Amino acid sequence: MNLVAETAAWLTNPAQWAGQAGIPNRLLEHVLISSISLAVALLLALPAGLAIGHTGRGAGLAAGVANLGRSLPSLAVIALAIPVTVRIDPVLGGTVLPTLVAMVVLAVPPILVNAYTGVAEVDRDLVEAGRGMGMREREILSGIELPVALPVVLGGVRSAAVQIVATATLGAIFGSGGLGRFLVDGIAQNDDGQVFGGVLLVAMLAIATEAAVEILQRLARSGAAGRGSGSTAAIAPGPPVLGA
Amino acid sequence: MGVGASRAAVVEYQHVSKRYAAARPQRGSPAAPGAVNDLSLTVPAGKICVLVGPSGCGKTTSLKMVNRLIEPTGGRILVDGVDVAGRDATELRREIGYVIQQVGLFPHQTIGANVAVVPRLLRWPAARQRERAEELLALVGLEPAIYRDRYPAQLSGGERQRVGVARALAADPPLMLMDEPFGAVDPIVRERLQNELLRLQAELAKTILFVTHDIDEAIKMGDLVAVMQAGGRLEQFGPPAQILAAPASAFVAEFVGADRGLKRLSLSRVGDVALQPVVTARVGDPAGEARARTFADPFPYLLLLDAADRPIGWISQRHVPASGVLEASLATPMSPLLDRRTTLKDALSMMLDADVQTGIVIDRTGRLRGVLSVEAIAAALRPDADPGAIAAGTAGAGG
Repeated sequence: MNLVAETAAWLTNPAQWAGQAGIPNRLLEHVLISSISLAVALLLALPAGLAIGHTGRGAGLAAGVANLGRSLPSLAVIALAIPVTVRIDPVLGGTVLPTLVAMVVLAVPPILVNAYTGVAEVDRDLVEAGRGMGMREREILSGIELPVALPVVLGGVRSAAVQIVATATLGAIFGSGGLGRFLVDGIAQNDDGQVFGGVLLVAMLAIATEAAVEILQRLARSGAAGRGSGSTAAIAPGPPVLGA
Repeated sequence: MGVGASRAAVVEYQHVSKRYAAARPQRGSPAAPGAVNDLSLTVPAGKICVLVGPSGCGKTTSLKMVNRLIEPTGGRILVDGVDVAGRDATELRREIGYVIQQVGLFPHQTIGANVAVVPRLLRWPAARQRERAEELLALVGLEPAIYRDRYPAQLSGGERQRVGVARALAADPPLMLMDEPFGAVDPIVRERLQNELLRLQAELAKTILFVTHDIDEAIKMGDLVAVMQAGGRLEQFGPPAQILAAPASAFVAEFVGADRGLKRLSLSRVGDVALQPVVTARVGDPAGEARARTFADPFPYLLLLDAADRPIGWISQRHVPASGVLEASLATPMSPLLDRRTTLKDALSMMLDADVQTGIVIDRTGRLRGVLSVEAIAAALRPDADPGAIAAGTAGAGG
């Protein structure tokens, strides 16, 4: 049998579409662990990035964190996290937790850097006008800097989300579930159909994730440029939408 | 309507200084750019005071110390007798209109929302915010129905600057700070915006502090002009006519320019100058009698009027017939028609272009009031006869 036929056969086998080890459940696991880690990364990186961008203080720290994050291989982060997470929870600490830690560690830098540069690059005249009219610093950040920088901020969220979806696949090596299980199990069972079916699903999820954030980004951009019709412009001033 | 009835504030600078730490020493210059040295002046309520000077002279610093975007290192600034240093900076700023050169409209908000920024900060009810924004757009000449829902990127530079002025007026502040508000638009638009601001000011009578590096703009816009020099020293403070007629120092004389005499022409109007009589005759008058009268006068032209005393044109003495009646067709050359509100600068310019270099001054109904000669304009500019040189104290500071 050739690869395409094997993959097609695996994907169309009704057995793959039911149960704990079925595609829907693995997809759910994958999306769930990705969403959790993206949410944690946003909570950590977004306020910090916005604050650094607004005040201009800590820019060196942000750059350092970003470079460190970029230079770390995902697999290494998961492996390094295990000794720490095992102490927190002996069972989950060897499986899901290190993957989560790795995903957060890898997602923080793009979110932090884009939030920081996006806000720092907002036209200083806007900030000056806002301050001169009596906007408080918090109002300047939420009312001017964040909406105007939103396309750039979402660009960071987009990189982070794609990074996370990819890293979640690796987590399967350590037994954290998700679509990566099909790759791990397929290799172990010498089942090419399963391996490539899994690859296909992961790739599609990554593309879907990227497309979803890109749509948000485009809406934000049209709002920030002030060209949108009422409905698109209404999205820009709001907080960034979590998850993808 | 709420726009017209408004308050105006008195602004007092009392020995205000701003020194910048010598982190970046400026060699060859005693003070960092933007520093202010012992500035004392008082801007009366309802007046436009222009701070003018070369770049780095501290004029913008002086402006921003009023709404505490910059804190002085010495002295104090009183608005209506209250030291601004004792006020909450945010509350203070919401009571002071602020316009900057780059306008700084929020690109993600509609024009209506941009105008209502301060009312929104002050938590006015939404309906009142909207009403106020529309009222102000109309006031600055932007049709609310057309502009309210647009975004800043869809407006021209001049339109954006008007929105900036409307936004600054939103909460009806008794004081406006304008930092080179018309510096980024082309000269034609700038002139129009200047005129509109003067028209608005005639109606609103706000106290306005206005920063510019353009002496012509300062002279045009200011009830009072403060000329500042590098190092943040106030060189002269007074009405524009006084600055031009009697510069307090060599720096001021140089800054206002060698053509300051000509600039004074734009400060005075035809109505400020004594008009001269001229020999006239009406259409249908006997020519012989008119000829006798015009030859008795040194001025070589007779001015022909219609039955309602409206000027038709000049007839050269030599061309006035000795008999018959005067007809309209005899009058050929015409002179510019001026009214009391024409500036002497415009009047002179038109007169120099005309065949007979004398201005004919008419009233609102078009009837002759008298004529204006080049000599009369020159006489009005002589220091002892300057109509604009009102006595006003020169508040000096430092040097």
